[in-house]
Parts: sequence; structure tokens; C-alpha cells
Amino acid sequence: MSLKRKDLLSLAPLSVDEVKLLLETADSFKEVTGREIKKVPALRGRTVVNLFFEPSTRTRTSFELAAKRLSADVINFSPSSSSVVKGETLLDTARNIEAMQADIIVLRHPSAGAAETLARGVKSSVINAGDGWHEHPTQGLLDLYTIRDRGLSFEGLRVAIVGDVAHSRVARSNIHALVKLGAEVRLVGPPTMMPFEVKKLGVRVYYNFDEALQGAQVIMMLRLQLERQGKALFPTIREYARLYGLTTERVKIADPGAIVMHPGPINRGVEIAPEVADSLSSVILDQVANGVAVRMGILYLLSGAS
Amino acid sequence: MTMSSDEQKERREEKLVMDAGDIARAVTRIAHEILERNKGVQALGLVGIRTGGVYLAHRLVKRIQEIESASVPIGELDITLYRDDLSLRKEQPILRKTSVPFDISDKIIVLVDDVLFTGRTIRAAMDGLIDLGRPAEIQLAVLVDRGHRQLPIKANYIGKNLPTAREENVQVLLEESGEDDRVVILKP
Repeated sequence: MSLKRKDLLSLAPLSVDEVKLLLETADSFKEVTGREIKKVPALRGRTVVNLFFEPSTRTRTSFELAAKRLSADVINFSPSSSSVVKGETLLDTARNIEAMQADIIVLRHPSAGAAETLARGVKSSVINAGDGWHEHPTQGLLDLYTIRDRGLSFEGLRVAIVGDVAHSRVARSNIHALVKLGAEVRLVGPPTMMPFEVKKLGVRVYYNFDEALQGAQVIMMLRLQLERQGKALFPTIREYARLYGLTTERVKIADPGAIVMHPGPINRGVEIAPEVADSLSSVILDQVANGVAVRMGILYLLSGAS
Repeated sequence: MTMSSDEQKERREEKLVMDAGDIARAVTRIAHEILERNKGVQALGLVGIRTGGVYLAHRLVKRIQEIESASVPIGELDITLYRDDLSLRKEQPILRKTSVPFDISDKIIVLVDDVLFTGRTIRAAMDGLIDLGRPAEIQLAVLVDRGHRQLPIKANYIGKNLPTAREENVQVLLEESGEDDRVVILKP
């Protein structure tokens, strides 16, 4: 099979076969990123535009590196240095970029649905690099890839996703994909951080972290968005860290081979203890490394001639 | 590729050009020729082009092992990312992994493929190979050379020279992919 899509906007509508194709394609690019010459000519002459309306170093750099290793030309476009401050709409900005013959636009935007709006308005392929609280599909795929790379299979896999699930696009992408692949997903956090649609997601909800960790094979920590503290989601950072911070003692409750994941950037001593982040069970840096290979695969699959 | 072999048989007339015995003898002869030309297995490595070439490379390595009692490193090359028609295709072809688990630098690399036709696959394979290192020499072994080259490429070892019409379809069917060993021409 091949990917018959113009865009990658979210993981929710993908079929199991499509998710598997994306993961298997990343395998080939992982081999490329392990070579001395980490570059293939597959996207020669193509232009990839990173259009980022929110600050991001990790995701943007990862996409940039992925595009460059495929021999595409890359342009980085961010609002602080552009006409957006002059009042141009998203679609007008994108149409200007398209007029410069961009083949693929990678969009990061603070509003949910921005990527979909853009995809409808332009002929270029659009990759959602995070839209508001909606989805972050490439992060979801690289998380799945990292799990699979550790030899774990998804059917029946016990995954705990911990923290501010409601405001996390990373969590939403992971939930959709993991449930689709047959994993047992457990959401953990204070009630104020559970999404409204939680009953429809096919997951189990826990408010007690230790209970949720019983037998967990994957512990996926979410970043506590400290800037949200004023919104009364939790009383104090100290209390949050005590109830939902991952410590060495808590890791021992989980499955002996459990892996610890985090989309970054991590708040050491808040949601994750430094010694856990640096432990052997932590795959946080593998996630970053795999991100480039996974994004190369996505760029490759979406780059069919239009 | 999407049709099963039964469907193909029903829909198209096939003409047998090599049977299992012919293929086995061609592989044996090519193994001898590789050893003769390179004076043994010193610095030798075989790299099969996916998918048919990989099966043939494994057969050649086995034969060389039987003749010379020496093992030869083997690799598998997927040339998709080096194709010259990628930007023209609507849907991107499925990738299969390249796996060359030995250093090809300063080695004599014998590329192995099933059918030599336009030469474009071999051009892509040479580019792919050189991204992995700098071989001392690249040689080419094919089971069938059917002519109609579009690039200046020539094989060093040929199982069978097969004159064909441009629109005919030559298929090498091997046990490894669940077929009886044979080479056939499918009429258009």
C-alpha cells in the first residue's frame, strides 16, 4: 500500500495500515541517519517550508534536519520576522509561500484546526507540527516508533500517559494512535487536567498515579505547562510534583522493563525527577533521535508528484 | 506486483525461457566466474538489489562457499531513494530497508540483480552504494540481460542474454518468493 493523502493533519483518521506504513518507512530512514553520509537524494529539487507561529526549537530543527537529509531545500518562516505582525491572515501568508512553489508546508500554530484550514486552502502538502490543544501527529508517530524500536508490541501494551492531558496535543495524538493499535491506555492526572471527551477515547482514567503504574510498560510523562499555574488547575507546583511527579520509587511500581518517555522540554524535579530522566529506562533522547527518521519518512511519503 | 501469480497466468500468456535447472547452472557458472576474475574471495563482497537480486546474491554466496570453502559478506540494497523518477510519481513507492552490514570501502563489490534492462536501476544502485563508502571496484552480475539499455551500463557476469521486444515483460520468479524457479516472458 501507499499513503494516499495530501496532508498529515492528525492521527485520529488514519487507518492501522497507514500508521504501520509510516512506522515501517521510518525504519529505512533510521538506517540512513546511521550512515556516515546521512543524506539521500529522494527530495532533490523540492521545497519544504517550516511555518511556525509558536516558538519551537526541537520540532523545527528536527523537521529542518529531516528535509535536509532528504536533499530538499528548507525555508524557515516565523511570525516575528514576517508580515504576520502586519495583520496578514494565515491563508494569505500560506498562499504567498505557495506562490514561491513550496511543495510541503510544516505548520505549527496556537489554534486547533489551523493545519486543516491551511490544507484546504493550498495545493501544497501540509504537515501539522502542532495545532493548539488538538494534535501533534509527528510527535505521536515518533513516540510509537520509539516504543516499537524498544521491541514492545502495541497489542495489549499498558501505557500510562501522565499529566495535563486536557491541554496536550501530544497526548491526544498518542491516545488516538495507541488505542487504534490495541494498546491499553491509562490517563493519569488531577481531574482538572482530564479532557472533556475522555469517555469517548477508549481509555481508563486514574487520579492515583501509583495505581495507574501497576504493570505499566510505558510511562509517558507530559510537560507541566508552568505558565498555566494561574488557571487554578493545580494548587502548587510542589503538590503537583508530589502527586504526579515520576520518581525512582514510582518507576519500581511499573513493569520491570518499563520505559520512560517525555516529549520535552522536561521540567526536572517537577513532573520527572532528574535521576529518572537520566536513568537507563529513559528513552527521552531516543525520541529526539527517532524524530528525524520518522519525519524523513513522512516528508518522503507526502512528496509524491501532485 | 499487486496481482497474484494465478491471476497473471490467467490473464497473460507466459513463455518459459529458463527453468530451475538453467537457473541453477547459471548461478554456478557466475559463481565460478566471480572467483576466477577476482582470484578468490579476498576483499570480495556481494550486494543484492531488492528484491530478486537479494535472493540471487544469497544463492551466489552459498555456491561460492561450496566451491571455495570461504564465506563472502553479503548486503541488501534498496534503491528507491535513488530512483530518477521519484519526482514524477504520484504515490511514493514502499521502502524496504537497505542493510549492508560490512564496510564496503576498498572492497570489490559485486552488485547482483535479476534482470538488466534500461540500466537505470544499476545507476541508482551505484549511487546508493557509494553513499555507504568507496569500494575499490564495483562489478555487476545479472541473471538475465534483456537489452534496451538507456544508460552506458554493462554487466560483468550474465546468466543469459535474452533478446526481447521493448514492451515485453521479463520476470524472474524464484522459490524465495513462493514461486517455482523460472524465467518467463509475459506477452503484453
